[in-house]
Amino acid sequence: MSTLITILYYLMVGYFAACFIWNFRKSRNWQQEVLYLLVLLPFLLRLFRLK
Amino acid sequence: MKDAIQLRKLILTAGFILLFLLSGLDFYHSRHLKEPVVVGEGIAEVKRLSDYFPGIKGSINDAQVYLLRNDQAEVEGGSALILGGSHAEEPAGRLATWVIVENAKVTAGRVFVILTANPSASTATRLGGAYPPDYTIETPWGERKFRQGDRWSNPLDQWPDPEVYIHYPSRQQLAYMDIRNQNRTWPGRRSGTMTEQTCYAMTQMIIKEKIDLVIDLHEAELQYPVISTIVAHPKGEDLAALASMMISAEEDFDIGVEYSPEALRGLSHREIGDHTPAIPLLLETPEPFLDATRGRTDRELLLTGKDDFVMKAGKHGLLFEKLDESGWPIDVRVGRHLSSLIQIFRVWTELYPERQIKIENVPHYSEVIATGTGFYLKDPSKAPAERIFYE
Repeated sequence: MSTLITILYYLMVGYFAACFIWNFRKSRNWQQEVLYLLVLLPFLLRLFRLK
Repeated sequence: MKDAIQLRKLILTAGFILLFLLSGLDFYHSRHLKEPVVVGEGIAEVKRLSDYFPGIKGSINDAQVYLLRNDQAEVEGGSALILGGSHAEEPAGRLATWVIVENAKVTAGRVFVILTANPSASTATRLGGAYPPDYTIETPWGERKFRQGDRWSNPLDQWPDPEVYIHYPSRQQLAYMDIRNQNRTWPGRRSGTMTEQTCYAMTQMIIKEKIDLVIDLHEAELQYPVISTIVAHPKGEDLAALASMMISAEEDFDIGVEYSPEALRGLSHREIGDHTPAIPLLLETPEPFLDATRGRTDRELLLTGKDDFVMKAGKHGLLFEKLDESGWPIDVRVGRHLSSLIQIFRVWTELYPERQIKIENVPHYSEVIATGTGFYLKDPSKAPAERIFYE
């Protein structure tokens, strides 16, 4: 059960990371762009199992 | 205008990649830092927990077990297990086991030593705690670097946590994150989480190796009442009381005795005694680094135990142990653990001569204070390869 939850969790982390990258590409506001990248950082660290 | 936006995004992306690489590499190196152990002549064998419970093979928590044994000993004697790093963020316990494995010899009985009882917990630091990733101990030949670690297993190795942790087998409800706390998951569960399986493997080892005495080395915050003490299972009350008296009489410090409460489940000093023939004792030294009211949480605080904010708490009567300008240096804490171990083995041998355990070449408290912990750590660059292991 916990393996299934872990897989779903990583899929969710990957989905949100992709959303942040997508929003970063679409944004025209520099403050929002910085915000998307800052929020993306912990998601990527988790996705790559670094932290 | 479009080109300016593209250029800005390019610069931001480059900055992000740099930040990601720097932080990622830092976390990677911290998680994978190898700590050398130069085993002394007293070490007869190095095993793994999976030798006792194959279910943990391949897991990060398949910890190494160092066995001190003297094949020429005239008396078979008893067996003891010393646990360091049950809580990896409490370095005095780990360092004391390092000093034992690199120096000690036994003349009677067997002593099993686990330097990092929860290896996973040693690869993470507390979330939001601003812990340093590592610390170094000065030695006569250079420095030794150790991972800082955390109280709980790394969430990368065991996840998710339940809403409420139900301890096995008592079914007592405990805090959710304590399912990753190795001192709340004894006696362990064969089909449980990684942390429960680690305890299960150690329980199997205690039973299969007929271990008589288990000593779990810890440190505690000064705002926690169980400090500077030996916590004893009812089976070990006499042993702990006598050892406390011997320590007060012969060493340069005092240590109290607490009795393991029956209602608090999952702890080594309770469950090992209830579920195996062994007598468990848990030793606590003071570590101001762990206090919630501490100031800057850096390597200096970890190693000197000096903190103005915790001292201020002491002036308001909020501490259960004294703290002054001299702090609680790591050598004091390691020395207390080592002297406590020496005296516990002495008392054990007097109480149970047929199961005697005699250990030598372990420095006393006063010697560690005089020379420093690093004096007892060996230089891996000068040691033969077959005597070097890595934690």
